[in-house]
Amino acid sequence: MPSGFFDHEQTPALLVLEDGRSFRGVSFGATGEAFGEAVFSTGMSGYQETLTDPSYHRQVVVATAPHIGNTGWNDEDDESSRIWVAGYVVRDLSRVRSNWRSNRSLDEELRNQGVVGIAEIDTRALTRHLRERGAMRVGISTVELDPAKLLDKVLQTPSMAGSDLVADVTLAEPEVVPAVGNKQLTVAAIDLGIKDMTPTRMAERGIEVHVLPASVSLDELRELAPDGVFFSNGPGDPATADAPMELLQGVLDQGIPYFGICFGNQIFGRALGFGTYKLKYGHRGINQPVKDLRTGKVEITAQNHGFAVDAPLDRAQLTPWGHARVSHVCLNDDVVEGLELTDDDGNLLAFSVQYHPEAAAGPHDSAYLFDRFVDVMQRRKRSTTDAQEN
Amino acid sequence: MPKRTDISSILVVGSGPIVIGQACEFDYSGTQACRVLREEGYRVILVNSNPATIMTDPEFADATYIEPIQPEFLEKVIAAERPDALLATLGGQTALNAAVALSERGVLEKYGVELIGASFEAIQKGEDREKFKEIVEALNVPGANPEVARSHICHSMADVLAAADDLGYPLVVRPSFTMGGVGSGFAHDEDELLRIAGTGLSASPVTEVLIEESILGWKEYELEVMRDKADNVVIVCSIENLDPMGVHTGDSITVAPAMTLTDREYQAMRDVGIAIIRAVGVDTGGCNIQFAINPDNGRMIVIEMNPRVSRSSALASKATGFPIAKIAAKVAVGYTLDEIPNDITSHGGRPPVDPPDGASRPQFWTPASFEPTLDYVVVKCPRFAFEKFPTAENTLTTHMKSVGEAMAIGRNFTEALGKALRSLEDPKATFDFSGEVTEPLGELLAAASRPHDGRLGLVMKAFRAGGTAEQLFEATKIDPWFLDQLQLIAEVAEQVRTAPELTADVLRLAKRHGISDEQIAKLRHLSTDVVRGVRWALGVRPVFKTVDTCAAEFAAKTPYHYSSYDEETEVAPRTKPAVLILGSGPNRIGQGIEFDYSCVHAALTLSQYGYETVMVNCNPETVSTDYDTSDRLYFEPLTLEDVLEVYHAEAAAGPVAGVIVQLGGQTPLKLAQALKDAGVPIVGTSPEAIHLAEERGAFGQILTDNGLAAPQYGMATSAADALEIAHEIGYPVLVRPSYVLGGRGMEIVYDDSSLVGYIERATHITPNSPVLVDRFLDDAIEIDVDALFDGTELYLGGVMEHIEEAGIHSGDSACALPPITLGNETIDRIRAATTSIARGVGVRGLINIQFALLGDVLYVLEANPRASRTVPFVSKATDTQLAKAAARIMLGATIADLRADGTLRTGVDGTANLEAAPLAVKEAVMPFNRFRTADGAWVDTLLGPEMKSTGEVMGLDKTFGVAFAKSQTASYGDVPTEGSVFVSVANRDKRHAIFPVKRLADLGFRVYATEGTAQVLRRNDVDVTVLRKETQGPGADGTKTVVQAIMDGDISLIFNTPLGVTEGGDPRRDGWQIRSAAILCDVPCVTTVAGLSAAVQGIEALRKGGLTVRPLQDWSADVRAELAGRDDAAGQPDEHEERASA
Repeated sequence: MPSGFFDHEQTPALLVLEDGRSFRGVSFGATGEAFGEAVFSTGMSGYQETLTDPSYHRQVVVATAPHIGNTGWNDEDDESSRIWVAGYVVRDLSRVRSNWRSNRSLDEELRNQGVVGIAEIDTRALTRHLRERGAMRVGISTVELDPAKLLDKVLQTPSMAGSDLVADVTLAEPEVVPAVGNKQLTVAAIDLGIKDMTPTRMAERGIEVHVLPASVSLDELRELAPDGVFFSNGPGDPATADAPMELLQGVLDQGIPYFGICFGNQIFGRALGFGTYKLKYGHRGINQPVKDLRTGKVEITAQNHGFAVDAPLDRAQLTPWGHARVSHVCLNDDVVEGLELTDDDGNLLAFSVQYHPEAAAGPHDSAYLFDRFVDVMQRRKRSTTDAQEN
Repeated sequence: MPKRTDISSILVVGSGPIVIGQACEFDYSGTQACRVLREEGYRVILVNSNPATIMTDPEFADATYIEPIQPEFLEKVIAAERPDALLATLGGQTALNAAVALSERGVLEKYGVELIGASFEAIQKGEDREKFKEIVEALNVPGANPEVARSHICHSMADVLAAADDLGYPLVVRPSFTMGGVGSGFAHDEDELLRIAGTGLSASPVTEVLIEESILGWKEYELEVMRDKADNVVIVCSIENLDPMGVHTGDSITVAPAMTLTDREYQAMRDVGIAIIRAVGVDTGGCNIQFAINPDNGRMIVIEMNPRVSRSSALASKATGFPIAKIAAKVAVGYTLDEIPNDITSHGGRPPVDPPDGASRPQFWTPASFEPTLDYVVVKCPRFAFEKFPTAENTLTTHMKSVGEAMAIGRNFTEALGKALRSLEDPKATFDFSGEVTEPLGELLAAASRPHDGRLGLVMKAFRAGGTAEQLFEATKIDPWFLDQLQLIAEVAEQVRTAPELTADVLRLAKRHGISDEQIAKLRHLSTDVVRGVRWALGVRPVFKTVDTCAAEFAAKTPYHYSSYDEETEVAPRTKPAVLILGSGPNRIGQGIEFDYSCVHAALTLSQYGYETVMVNCNPETVSTDYDTSDRLYFEPLTLEDVLEVYHAEAAAGPVAGVIVQLGGQTPLKLAQALKDAGVPIVGTSPEAIHLAEERGAFGQILTDNGLAAPQYGMATSAADALEIAHEIGYPVLVRPSYVLGGRGMEIVYDDSSLVGYIERATHITPNSPVLVDRFLDDAIEIDVDALFDGTELYLGGVMEHIEEAGIHSGDSACALPPITLGNETIDRIRAATTSIARGVGVRGLINIQFALLGDVLYVLEANPRASRTVPFVSKATDTQLAKAAARIMLGATIADLRADGTLRTGVDGTANLEAAPLAVKEAVMPFNRFRTADGAWVDTLLGPEMKSTGEVMGLDKTFGVAFAKSQTASYGDVPTEGSVFVSVANRDKRHAIFPVKRLADLGFRVYATEGTAQVLRRNDVDVTVLRKETQGPGADGTKTVVQAIMDGDISLIFNTPLGVTEGGDPRRDGWQIRSAAILCDVPCVTTVAGLSAAVQGIEALRKGGLTVRPLQDWSADVRAELAGRDDAAGQPDEHEERASA
């Protein structure tokens, strides 16, 4: 029973999982109904970045941090042009916003964007349920308060496995993010659901970033003569992303340096011949320990993935483009967190990580990966220049 | 990278006595460190002068030295033990300063001892403000612009004034190398600056203060950072202070995690924190970094860092489940964070994630190289003791004044705050919603603008009086988010008050926001019992969630629980019978670490004897709230409501053998009867027996029945009553409310007017809460005993003889064990008396009795059927674990059983005369240098029946003189062995003072005295120089006043006894000025004749030189050998016969 029972401003709301468990709460944000895959995110900060991360497309996010909305909503921290989550589940929604950068409240922003939220839920109970039973479909509603009826609707929605959502999130026309300072390099970034911080981090390093729709062809890509190609994060099942995988194989054929994040890691894995699989409940948080197997160093990473690459941790695999191996691993459960492709001399040709070095939200420990991308591109640029001069 | 094998023995330095700013959090961290290092196979050598700690229990180290934490003593330990390494980052500032001193003196180099955890250079960089400033200014952190407040380093008052000219007022003064902010403060003008900076310069061991621009009112944050030798760094916890900048973080209400930062701002702070730990070079271990954020624009200022485990680390460990000290110890010996399992999630039998076949190898644990994430809110509230120092100014500044803290966990801030406030057990701390607010809003706002211990209550009142969040922000600068939460509580309280009926929804709303049954009862004009009954009938009960470090991402196996009014509970069923142990709550004067010690012992021992131990406590500093200590931990307030809910949850989980209330001090004891009435099984001494001992009439009957004497007394229910009683038994009388701990509200009064004044000032006298009026036994020897009783047999744990005469609270008095002047016959009388009282009261477990010996009459002063403050001291002095024995007796073991299994001595008891046993002296440590009155003067340092000490030390040696000298060194620093003594004593003491003063003169001390004392001394052939009283002013001939002489450094020891009676003039004021000067100049000040005699013995011992150090294990081995020898020689000798023949 919602505790704000006799506060007349509060509208009751209902949450029902596909296995029938239900929670009652109160509405915030938009009223109405929302369906999607229920996932939990354990970050204690960064709800604005999370909500605007395209990887959360069609997901209903459960915040494990109990107080949400404390710092309101500002015009600076969005990770894309809109809120992507299908619904938002919290325990205590803040009544006020307190931050010098805040422009409006979270509640207001959700209402403006038509996103349904439910508050005063035992989010820990819900999270434990998802941990034990796995991510599953969910519905939240302020109009249908009968659990059985809402459950019927939930069961009619498509599941995440097998979903191809790239077309929903990719941009329509190419965009260019200019380099900060002198332009050193050009990168073609394929938008599979890219976050704004990613081109920002590249631009800071003198990279001119051409953000391209996912439907771009290899020829169109080559016309840009990029120094490197980047595949972003994004929603959906990587097993469905055949077109991007074929595009990436073409890029590797050309010997163009590659860097991928998240979905871009899974596509890289598939391109190299590995499989992917759905994790029971995914990794979503900003406290995940990942070991760089090259250096042995541990970084605290931001993660948001429900699928992972199935690759052996202990050996390299020969591919048409070089030696492929796992470069990063999650210390909590040994899930593959990064892949790399090297030549016979061990030089890095292409690489990707499952987590989020652009880190918005999240820690900046992995920012070095953007430098690593720059190094790979610079080295190739030097060697092709040398080759031309010779 | 595995642990280091190039070192095999490690010296761990503790933090010494509990003082303000350095409490039992370092017992928690040190105990963890010792445990870890021994598990890893290192030989652990421990030095700590505090006997009340768990870490100084002999089983926690290979060699335990209860010796002063002073370079001379540490060097002796190092010379004897030759450790390979020194770990000083877990013993607070005391240990860190000791490490610096040893390093500077070349001792570490001489003996080849490596500093692990933090190097000398890193300590210097972190602690030296100028170096730290350079480091912060040189940081290159993209996206963050860390600054330090503009400041100047000053070494003299001239420097200080020049700095003020540059920076303008207000200014912050921060002395270097002091802990808890001693000597620091805000100066709004030159007068304040001169005073504060003067104290600061003398408090700093390097005579250095930092004068700094004011960032008063900014948001304040802390990060707990951990680093390993592979340079992996994690942030364990972020903490946000509800009280903005200007209040010491130890005195602030603090909240974890940070509540009002966006991810960008939090990550910028995190980046800066990591950059700092790297730049300072804390290679392996934890550090704490404090930040200030300008609420208007986000400007970030780094305030300071501690290159060591701190009070905040203990809080962060309890708040997150990430055991900072334990991990710090592991990384200090070479492990990397990814090699260390996270205990909380590690005990599982299956991997947390099911990968497809062949995808990866299974993992059974998650590593410590992660950052805990919280799905709850933690609130810590400080516990103050201003009631002990009525003249002290209660404004909160950068100089820490709180004596303890309580922490609470809730699923939201309001719930956690409500629980934390009621955990303080201070009726003034919880929100009072009763009645209408009568004060005008303007007055409330003005009062709330001054940070002080009652501020939060004023904020609540102001909201209730119609104040707006904007007005409150203007007044307090508390972040608007926190203010809204407080306003929310006010609104909920109002809904509770006005609801037509107390429905389940109303109750759930109230509970969701931390409002207690008691508060609801006041709001609804009901009794608390009725509210609880209604709530239970409606099924509104809390669930228990788990602290798991990961917001439920992985299964947690460590049952570390907190209550919340939410939907799903996580208490696991069990089959073993549970014993609930109620802890002692926040540290306060009179109830501290000593009680936690007993609770921890009970948990450790009962776990071994087939019980599932369940600890309930709310003090984040303690060992008892370490999830490793008991089988289950409930971090809950110790109120009837909260304890009943824990009991309810555990009773539902499996059988409950009982609840232990007698080990945690007065806090659980006062719940005993109500718990029993609610059907909770209390084990050990029954609540009725507890009441019997506390109730004067019934207890008096026990004494009469057994032919025991008590000082004449009476119970007064009015001032007139009190006067009548006083006239009957004669002055001086000791007056106090019934039911007290730590001598709360206790005073010795000498005349009618003082008595009436006391009654008006200090008591709420009613027929239900009478005032006790006792005859005060002037000049008696006070004796304390701790004993065990199983219903038939008594085991006298130890007899302590106080050094100060009766009238000084036993917690403040130094004492010796075995007693130094009592004969066997007296001991036998004490044993017999103790047995009769224990039997008469009906004790099962521990009893503490205070006796006074006047002439040949043994008076019983009071009996407490519970673990006392002295249990750890007696246990260590006699090599017998009394608290463990008590816990077992409570669960049915007999003393015979305990003798049989070696827990207790066979044939003899704790009073056995043993050649091999040490003489142990306990000395109390006072917090006087923390408190000032409103006009800036120090509060008086006089001892009396009201307990004022915060902690204690122990000195051990073969003879009293040396043991006493060690105890003085451990508590106050060096004891002067030469120089000059200033003597000024009350008339009644003059006779007794002659001998010890003459002895000091014979030892070569120059003797100064005031005129009256000087005349007496001269007549006894002591060469005396007269100093003028402060009231007289300096003489025309240049003769100094006493205070001048002290300030000029002419005096190395002060002997000043208070005047009992104020006779005209203002002689008391002279003494007080002398004692204040003593604090200011850090000159030892003895205030009793007995204390001086002991000091003289100590000085003689020190002058003989050759002080030695010896570990407890060696004392124990010799004592045990001697006892075994006796057994062999005599079979089971009769103790009395043996005494007679000895």
